[in-house]
Amino acid sequence: MFRNQYDTDVTTWSPAGRLFQVEYAMEAVKQGSAAVGLRSKTHAVLGAVNKAASDLASHQRKLFRADQHVGVAIAGLTADGRVLSRFLRNECINHSFVYESPLPVSRLVVQLADKAQVCTQRSWKRPFGVGLLVAGLDETGAHLYYNCPSGNYFEYQAFAIGSRSQAAKTFLERRFQEYDTYSREDLIKDALFAIKETLQGEKLTAQLCTVAIVGEGEAFHIIDQQTIQEYIDAMELSTGGPDEEAAAAAPPSAEAQEGGEGASSEPAPMDI
Amino acid sequence: MALRGDWMYENNGGTCVAIAGIDYCVVAADTRLSVGYNILTRDHSKICSLADKVVLASSGFQGDIRALHKNLAARHLLYQHQHNKQMSCPAMGQLLSNTLYYKRFFPYYAFNVLGGLDNEGKGCVFTYDAVGSYERVGYSTQGSGSSLIMPVLDNQLKSPSPLLLPARDAVTPLSETEAVDLVKDVFASATERDIYTGDKLEIVVINASGIKREYLELRKD
Repeated sequence: MFRNQYDTDVTTWSPAGRLFQVEYAMEAVKQGSAAVGLRSKTHAVLGAVNKAASDLASHQRKLFRADQHVGVAIAGLTADGRVLSRFLRNECINHSFVYESPLPVSRLVVQLADKAQVCTQRSWKRPFGVGLLVAGLDETGAHLYYNCPSGNYFEYQAFAIGSRSQAAKTFLERRFQEYDTYSREDLIKDALFAIKETLQGEKLTAQLCTVAIVGEGEAFHIIDQQTIQEYIDAMELSTGGPDEEAAAAAPPSAEAQEGGEGASSEPAPMDI
Repeated sequence: MALRGDWMYENNGGTCVAIAGIDYCVVAADTRLSVGYNILTRDHSKICSLADKVVLASSGFQGDIRALHKNLAARHLLYQHQHNKQMSCPAMGQLLSNTLYYKRFFPYYAFNVLGGLDNEGKGCVFTYDAVGSYERVGYSTQGSGSSLIMPVLDNQLKSPSPLLLPARDAVTPLSETEAVDLVKDVFASATERDIYTGDKLEIVVINASGIKREYLELRKD
């Protein structure tokens, strides 16, 4: 993507009918660290890679709860993501207040998309530089959506965004057909495996990633590091990844335990 | 009972009580809902659990009470999102006061007693008027039976004056069971003479292990 005379502001069309500023905003999403999402009929899982700017810094939060039944994972400009998360939380609270029931996920993503669209049609604004994976559960089951800076949104069975997400997408493309009937544990394992794919060789540990789940009888929450490390160890024990059903709740190996202790001395992620 | 055509309030009666102890707090209210000389229902809760350690009991106009409780619950959810923790009782106390004063010129017809545990785990009771004037006390009562109950609580739980030096705790030295028994007794007495109080008593006890609910039948006449 190179500079041209039609990319100065968002209100200028190119002769080919493109809005370059919007496309540049989508580039910002591709530069952010990876986030993955997948869903079955009853559960939806979100995962994100925690990359800190340097060893001295804490990593930024990429998973936010919007309500009991909805959460988001962001990739791109985390500041924009934080602001949009606040918007999502507000919308959920307002809907619950007026209608005494949870806001259906499909309505939430439309409101979010409309908000993003406004910024693509005002000369004094810029598009949000963040892509959101919205995972939630409502009366129609579990859902996963991707909201992009352009104001478009799409529903997915599984998706990945951010840097090196193509590797995760390739993995998910091979397996998504069975996800509808997957158990909650298998979904989490696949999410971890997808995250592992984006790390391109780096060892996957619970410190490096965050996983959250929402489903029937389970409010949106981030899974604690200990449990994640157990899943990772179970994955490592089984040959060739999660294709075979690994021994349930394999005890964490000694090194993993030490790794877990080391995590507590690491700076906590910025709580926003 | 017809008042002016534009009268926007109604008193649905009922009484609320709260007592603060060393490490617990008791909040109680009857469950009768009335209008005029009629009973609308014998089984309506006036108590709202706002947070882990905060419980609000309100008597007055049910429409306003319901709206007030919803408002505070939504604000609490927002607080949890922003601060990643539950609101403390003193914080909720201030929020309730601000919320009530916000409608100074069209008040919530709600007489509130807020009970819970403060940041040190001690019992904490705040009492309010309709427009948000509030004070932390050792015990309080609001509602139609309050004038019957307050003197009894004054007699049994008299707090030291807040003007005393050194400052003395307003919380009662009574045990949890003794405080609950006292609440049951005062409500039984108020039920005898106040027509708007009766049917059933809902008692909520907040302590370190959480929130516990208990019910007691009262006279239904």
